[in-house]
Amino acid sequence: MKNINYNYLKIILLFGSIFTIIVSCESNLWERELSEDAEFATFSPAAEVFIDGFSGGLSYDPFGDSKLDAFSVDDEVKYSGTASMRFDVPSFGDPSGPYAGATFRDAIGRDLTEYDALTFWVKASQAATLNSVGFGEDFEGGKYLVTLSDVQVTTFWQKIIIPIPDPSKLNRERGMFWYAEGPEDGEGYTFWIDELQFEKLGNIGQPRPAILDGVDVNEPTFIGNMYSINGTQTFNLGSGLNQTVSAAPSYFSYSSTDPEIARVNEQGVVTILDAGTARVTGILGGVMAEGSITFESQGDFDAAPAPPDRDPNDVISIFSDAYTNVAVDYFNGFWAPYQTTQGGSPPVNVGGGQVINYTDLNFVGIGTFLDVPTINATDMTHLHIDIYVNEPLDSGDFVSLSINNDVGNNETSGTITFDSNALFADDWVSLDIPLTDFSGLGDRSQLGLIIFVTDATISNIFVDNIYYYR
Amino acid sequence: MNKKNKFRNRIKVKRSKYVLLTVSFILLIVSSFIVSGCSTDENQTVAQFTELIWADEFDVDGAPNPNNWGYDIGTGFNGWGNNELQYYTDRPENVVVQNGILIITAREESFQGSNYTSARLKTKGKFSRKYGRFEARIWLPSGKGLWPAFWMLGNNIEEELDTDLSTLQWPFCGEIDIMENAGSKPTIISGAIHGPGWSGGSPILKEYDLGNDRVDSGFHIYGIEWGPDYVNFYVDDVLYKQITPDDLPSNPFPEFYGDVFTDPVELEEYETTWNKWVYDQPFYMLLNLAVGGLFDGPPNAETVFPQTMLVDYVRVYKNEFDNN
Repeated sequence: MKNINYNYLKIILLFGSIFTIIVSCESNLWERELSEDAEFATFSPAAEVFIDGFSGGLSYDPFGDSKLDAFSVDDEVKYSGTASMRFDVPSFGDPSGPYAGATFRDAIGRDLTEYDALTFWVKASQAATLNSVGFGEDFEGGKYLVTLSDVQVTTFWQKIIIPIPDPSKLNRERGMFWYAEGPEDGEGYTFWIDELQFEKLGNIGQPRPAILDGVDVNEPTFIGNMYSINGTQTFNLGSGLNQTVSAAPSYFSYSSTDPEIARVNEQGVVTILDAGTARVTGILGGVMAEGSITFESQGDFDAAPAPPDRDPNDVISIFSDAYTNVAVDYFNGFWAPYQTTQGGSPPVNVGGGQVINYTDLNFVGIGTFLDVPTINATDMTHLHIDIYVNEPLDSGDFVSLSINNDVGNNETSGTITFDSNALFADDWVSLDIPLTDFSGLGDRSQLGLIIFVTDATISNIFVDNIYYYR
Repeated sequence: MNKKNKFRNRIKVKRSKYVLLTVSFILLIVSSFIVSGCSTDENQTVAQFTELIWADEFDVDGAPNPNNWGYDIGTGFNGWGNNELQYYTDRPENVVVQNGILIITAREESFQGSNYTSARLKTKGKFSRKYGRFEARIWLPSGKGLWPAFWMLGNNIEEELDTDLSTLQWPFCGEIDIMENAGSKPTIISGAIHGPGWSGGSPILKEYDLGNDRVDSGFHIYGIEWGPDYVNFYVDDVLYKQITPDDLPSNPFPEFYGDVFTDPVELEEYETTWNKWVYDQPFYMLLNLAVGGLFDGPPNAETVFPQTMLVDYVRVYKNEFDNN
């Protein structure tokens, strides 16, 4: 029977390959003996972080602005053994700190390349959502930082598995565990963690890395712009559940289709160097990451005209590199559900200067009335604003500007509309508008909002140099 | 007409009413019935039979060897009786041999009114065997709603309405599930038998958990050793279950036929017919990758398509203690 012959052939081949492997193993051993003098630096492969007490060499480093005494060892409550880690999350307004957060660092660093996950058991005094847990926070930049967000905990012990995005990277990791958690609905509570350790579970599979949330993004841009690319790693756990963690850029290796246009470094920071198009993708652990970003560089950014020097008494600046700006609540007070506008918060750095870029614009507001003083422009005469329409203009396109006084109380407002004849496509227009033109505004001693409305006729604009003056 | 034929006719009459009880219903398994405990002889080694009598090593690229494999095509009745969502084809998009591997691919695509396609291969009419060691080396797919299986059916199964008295309808023909996996449980497979009185949602079934390994991260060997009055189920080098006639339900009372016999003679005949070890005749093998269905439910938003079930080989060894 032919199949049997094939079968034996395969067996012979199999033995052949086993023999080959054995031979090569021995040769490796031999080489290792020879190279003893080389004294390779090796780090402890210790797995345990906290079982019933801390493993040697570990320090507790609370985050500077956190409740410093949130952590203690509890020998009453434990999942197993004699003790657990106890974390007391402060209530809102707690003078000792607004949240609990810290990293547990190994003094020297450990070799974690043989493990595939950090695991622990957790329970809490009430059902809660832990903001962040993870590892890789070494206070030295967190090169291999991993974060698992929004962990649902209950009053019963449950095991949490944080997969390592690519264990081969962790040949010397100091950040054994970190966490950050604030009050639940303003209330503090307690959670416990036990049996905290790295494990080789063996049943974590199906890696699906992603950058930019797995979306293929097109990004119009200019020379000098810089972007940080964030990524995630998703593993299917032995339970069948997919577990997604955010993975620091250094887990990925990035590539650009044209490094002369968009260069990306190992920290995942892209710098735009020239005009043209370049697509940046990432690979994690040999698997192509879902998602990409295609930069469409239009060359040098044509910055808005620099404002003239003015006496500080003659100007109240909201957003300009030329003057001292007042505090604002936001540059994009996203008003759900009708607003689509993205961007503005924070302003972006384009070609060396700060500028606001609104995209998907239908309407958007800049607020100065919530947590910051309102603006008294009674003595000012004009509003200046520079607008760059970053797309072709059609005849029906417009931008309306509104100013609102005494927002939410005796509110008054005035509006001025600029049609397509008053704007430029792919260029700046400098608008100097007499405040008296905002008919209906009246009192301007408590200005709280500047609102841009295009009703999506124009969806992408740059805005710069927003100030009142006289 | 002797009593047996009379009984058989009775079954056929009832079938039109309980049309679900057709071959298409075979793989209906709701894991609510899991035999507890394990009667495996601990001294038993995994693979006792070593005399190879049939194999497909999938060494020739292209369509699988037509001397070994035929196909089920379409959707059967009600998704092969299990609400399965795929349309089975024999297209290379769904079944092909490449580089020594049989590749069964489940795809998400509109095809003949279904939203998924896949393939189901069977050796019916090409190879069947009573007793022996049946094993395959398989790399299973991944994700909720995938339902791969390596299984067997009694060769005397009646698939068409006919008067051939040598055939039986399911579950009287018997079914041996060498391996089934619910895609949402990447570490767990199960072996099972279905027969008269232990079928559909109540098979005799045993799960096996790979623990620190997964079915979708590498090849594993799934097999049975089958002899008179036993079927042993194994994964790789672990024998995890032995099923014998002692495991059969002592007093089966199937919901489909239990209320139709008022004649004590018929009732006695019925009881003896149902409570019968039917794994004493030739069976043929099937390999398939279902999508959706009652075993693991439908795919969800996280299920990635296409998915593949990779089969390195299928081998059958003779039961050396049985000269059939």
